[in-house]
Formats: sequence, structure tokens, C-alpha cells
Amino acid sequence: MAQRALPITTALLVAGMVILPVTAVLWRGGGPGALGPAEWAALRFTLWQAAVSAALSVALAVPVARGLARRDFPGRGTLIALMGAPFILPVIVAILGLLAVFGGSGLVNRVGAPLGAPRLDIYGYHGVILAHVFFNLPLAVRLLLQGWLDIPAERFRLAAALDAPIWRVLEWPMLRRVCPGAFAVIFVICLGSFAVALTLGGGPRATTVELAIYQAFRFDFDLGKAATLAALQLVLGLAAGAFALRVAPSGGFGIGLDRQRDRWDGATPMARAADGLWITFAAAFLLLPLLSVAVAGLPGLAQMPAEVWSAAARSLALALGATTLTLALALPLLTAPGETAALLGIAVSGLVLGTGYFLLLQPLIRPGDVALPVTMLVNALMALPFVIRILRPGLESARADCGRLAAALGLSGWRLWRIVYLPRLRRPLGFAAGLTAALSMGDLGVITLFADGDNATLPLQIYRLMGSYQMEAARAAALLLLVLSLGLFWGFDRGGRANAAA
Amino acid sequence: MLQLDQLTVRQGAFELVADVTMRAPITALVGPSGAGKSTLLNVIAGFIPPNSGRALWRGQDVTALPPAKRPVAMLFQDNNLFAHLDIGRNLALALTRKRPTSAERSQIAEALARVGLPDVEARKPSELSGGQQSRVALARVLLQARPLMLLDEPFAALGPALKHEMLDLVAEVASEKNLQVIMVSHDPQDAARIASEAAVVAEGTVAPPIPTQALLRDPPPALARYLGTG
Repeated sequence: MAQRALPITTALLVAGMVILPVTAVLWRGGGPGALGPAEWAALRFTLWQAAVSAALSVALAVPVARGLARRDFPGRGTLIALMGAPFILPVIVAILGLLAVFGGSGLVNRVGAPLGAPRLDIYGYHGVILAHVFFNLPLAVRLLLQGWLDIPAERFRLAAALDAPIWRVLEWPMLRRVCPGAFAVIFVICLGSFAVALTLGGGPRATTVELAIYQAFRFDFDLGKAATLAALQLVLGLAAGAFALRVAPSGGFGIGLDRQRDRWDGATPMARAADGLWITFAAAFLLLPLLSVAVAGLPGLAQMPAEVWSAAARSLALALGATTLTLALALPLLTAPGETAALLGIAVSGLVLGTGYFLLLQPLIRPGDVALPVTMLVNALMALPFVIRILRPGLESARADCGRLAAALGLSGWRLWRIVYLPRLRRPLGFAAGLTAALSMGDLGVITLFADGDNATLPLQIYRLMGSYQMEAARAAALLLLVLSLGLFWGFDRGGRANAAA
Repeated sequence: MLQLDQLTVRQGAFELVADVTMRAPITALVGPSGAGKSTLLNVIAGFIPPNSGRALWRGQDVTALPPAKRPVAMLFQDNNLFAHLDIGRNLALALTRKRPTSAERSQIAEALARVGLPDVEARKPSELSGGQQSRVALARVLLQARPLMLLDEPFAALGPALKHEMLDLVAEVASEKNLQVIMVSHDPQDAARIASEAAVVAEGTVAPPIPTQALLRDPPPALARYLGTG
């Protein structure tokens, strides 16, 4: 059965590409006995910051989502669409934006100091949490908004007819159902946070396990310790992943969130003002850092160091390569077992995979020589579950619609894909490719373990510029990265939509 | 001549046994919904494998053949055309996998002219009305040039007048090209309009076909209940 051979081979390949480095990590890492007090502290901090970040994100999302659910205003749809943007926003760009607003000489301190407000310091655990809330508040808002919109309109009509308290009979029960899942998803995301901890955290009180892996590599050159930490992160990721799968809400990409329900409550001036304030707060919190990256980056664009341009070229090649690889792996895997094979990758963090590949490759080859291929591979493995999740419904509906006609005409194999499935999948393919390209373009993870002098990607180059206090150049490069990431996403997504007949 | 020899298909608790021979130029399958009319067509077309029994076309066993290798062309309830391909490409797929030659292109134009819809090759299915899409689907079946045509209520979404027009067109081209037709219908009037014989599908079996007029005049109990005349 040649038809089955390709999916099975691909599934084994993907599983192998995850299991092999993980085995290397476990083999080298030793048991829990190898954990010292510093590692335990990293574990405690990782769990604590993830819990606080998730709790804050969900708590703040409740009033924002409620406001968005019951108000209509110009720009509402755009704002909700923007809430999906942090997913493809390079972390390092957001960090620079947050620094510009909340940093030592940032907007908040400049406005606050003359008023006698205490000086805000973004470096440390509060910076880590602030950044995590920045990234995950929008996600929490989208998840909760979905919960609000899932309440049938008839219930609102019934409650209005009975003059029943909407909060108690409709909203609170919905939140009790939706919030635990939203918390779990964000908790898991924050557990694997690396770039945020790398740039804003550090020190004994703000080091995550992932950051500790990096430090073991870079500062101690202790591969055994790095492997032990990677094994710890692996256990953490698997446990959290299993937990999230049980409570996770469905439909995180939420289509159709720009609907709005007729409601008969919240018409008092107080309620209107409160909703308005919360929505403004969320919009400002999201948009100000991005705007300040754009504004602060512009002046430096003209005199960026040459390394930035070469790093940008490397990143572009990396993103396009990772996109091609991801799609090539995803297409044969658009089945339920295929999705399971790909899910293996999501429970394992990129840094753990990176550590594994480092352990495997280091005896054979200079790690710096394979920095880009390994990063590309890890990016592809990370993006694969999302891509499969995006493409599978489209393929299944194409099969349901066209399967019999195609069989009647004798279309099968590659021909069936070329003539029927690929054209039908154009839109989700464009979206998936855009997502992968943007994620890979902005990724600051594995590359930090492998890169040496002259093979930095653009995000790593920006991190280096920040480290050497060349903030002007860093901001300009961040603007370039932002434009490239969003441009890649927009270009691919657009390409999928143009003249695509339904 | 299509012969179903102890053909049995099971889906969960549902079971249908067919042991009949269909000889009439147009045979209608009538009966209550859920009785398995469409399932039977899908088995004949090769989309659903039977659990046991054989299907013979002019004495040849076709039970094991894949859909594209059967002497069968089917008009589905919907999705008779690939929505993303223009009409020309859609129809070309019935003839070839490659770019159609000029001979094949004129064959396509001829088929479209025959169904009364010339010069629409460059249009997408969505640019045509429901009735026009049905005509193109019929043109596709003509180009496939299979001796047995199956209709799975392809005109159910059309208005009564348009539906009758299409049924008449099917009867016309079928007799022209000497095709045998088996059609599913939940409306006995459709059957009476073009099918000379009809077979009742009910209660897990397919009854032998008998002349449609006789069947409707004196329906068996299962059909009478469905028609509301019993």
C-alpha cells in the first residue's frame, strides 16, 4: 500500500526527531538526585511565575472580555483581531516595546517621576510577569470572549424577560466553566517561557528552568547539568501538557469573535464607563509598547550595523526553510494518528530539543556549524501541531465534499492532491505558512545554545545589541524584525486568500 | 442489465438485502427515507463495499472494481462539480488527466451544447444557477460515457418546473445514448414521469421492479404507508 507508506514514514520520522534528542537528554541528565538547590529554586520560580502570570491574565481578562462582549464601538473588530497578534509577535520586539513603556527611562517613569510616583524597575520577577501578562492577556480575553459568545442569545432574552441578574445566572456559571481552562493554557505557555526570562529575568530570584539550561550551557559549559535541567523541563512540560489537555477550552483561534449579542443589561452610565475604561486599558497596554517600538526604531533604521542586515537575511532564509519543512511534514500527517505524532513536539520545549540535538551532534560536528539547520528543524517541530490543527478540518471537509466525485473520476495519489485538495486548502495553507514563518522569524530559543560569532539570527542579534547597550540599534533592528515577521505572515495569508474560490 | 445477487450491506443495526435484476431503461428506487435507497446506489457505484453478494453488469462481476473502473457514472445530491475549478477543467477531468486536446475540447463543447448550456467553459460553478449546475453535471456524466447512469436525487434542490425539465432531459439523452438509468426518488411523481419500472426499497429488502404505473395504482403496504394512501 504505497498510499499508506508515506504517512507512516513521516509519522515515524517526526516521532524519531523528537524522541531521539529527548533520549539523549534523559540518558545524559541522570535522575532527580542530580538536582541541586539552584535547580530546585529555578523549578519553584518557574511554577510560581507561571501561576501568577496565568492568574493575573485571566483575572484582568474578565472585565475586558465582558466589556467587549456587551459593547459595540467602531474598531471593535480590529481590536479583537489585534488580540490574536501576540501569537506571531517576536518576543524580543515586545520586550523592547515594554522597556520603552515600563523601563528605567520609559514612558511610565517619565510621566510618574514628576508626580512623585515610585520608580518602576522592570528587570526581575515583576518584569517577567508583566511581559507574560502582555502576551497572554489577549489570549485570555479571546478565550473568555468565546465563552461569552457561546451563551445562547435566547438565554439573554429569557433573563431580560424575567429581569434576572445576568451576572449570577449566566456569566458567573460560564466563567467557572471557562476560566480553569484558560488558566491552564496560559500556565503551560508560561512554564516554557525562555526569551522573556532571558531578557528581563535572571539572578537567583528570577531564573526559570529553561533559562537555567541556557546558563548551564553558556556560563558553566556544563552539559551534564544542562541535560539534567532539560530532563526536569521535559517532565514539567509533559505533566502540564497532560493537565492542559484535560481542561483546555477548544477553539483558541476563535473564528467569528466579531459577533455581538443584543443585551439588555449594563445600560447604566456607571457600567458604560467601567467597560470603556477596561477596554481602553487593554488596548493601551497592548498597543503602546508596539507603537513605541515603531516610533523609537525609526530614527535608527538608516544607520543599522551591517550585522543586522546579514542577520535579517539569515532569519528570512531560516523562516522560509522552516515553513517549507513544516508543510512538507504536515501534509502527509493530516490524520488523527499523524496529529498525535506531531503533538509529541508540543509537550517538549524547543530548548529541551535543542539540548538533545546539541548532545547528539557535539561529538561529531562543531555546534556553531549546524546552528541554523537545527533551529530550522526545531522550529518546524514546534509549529507542526498548530499547522496540522489548522489544516485538518479543511482536508476533512474537502474529503467529505469531493471524495466520491474524485473517486468516480479515478483521481488518486498525488493527482488528487494537486487537482483537488491543495487548491481547496489554499486559505488554511496560507494561514498556516504565515504562522510558521512568523514564529520561526521571531524565535529566540535554540539558536542561543548553538550560535557563535557569525551565525546569529535577527532576534539573537537584537539581544546581543541590547546586551552591549546599543539600544538605538536594537530598537531599529526590532522594528525591522517586526516588519519582517508581520510581512511574512501577511504575505502568506494574503497569498492563500487571493482569488481563492470557496 | 444490472443484476444484484444476494447483495447485502450492513451499517450498524441497518441491513439491506438486494436480490433483483434491473432491465428497464429507467428504473426508480422508491420508498421511505432511511430505507437505504441512496446506500444501494452507493454500493452499485462502488463507494460502499457490500458485506456479501455480487453485482453483475451484463453478466460480468463488478463487485470488486473501484468506482472509476465501473461501468457507472453517478449524479450526486450535491458536489457534482469541483467548486474551485472552472467548468472546462471540471469536464476535462471526465476525459483526461492531461490538458485536453482540441478534439477533447470540442467533445466538451458538444456535451455542453447537448444539455443546453453552450459556452460556459470559462465560468466557475458558483457563477451558474442551480439548474445550470445540474446541466453541467449531466454533461459530465455524458462525457464519462458509462453505460449505467445513477441519479441520487440530484435535482432535489430545484423548483418543480426546473426539476421536471431536468428529468425529461435525462430521459432524452439516456435513450439517445442508449444508457440504462437507475434513479432514487422520494417523490413518486418523479418516478412516474420518466421511469418505466420501479422497485420498492423498504424494511431491509429491495423488491423486484414492476411497471411504475401498476405500482402506484396498487402500492404494497410499506409503500402505501409512506405515500399516506394506506
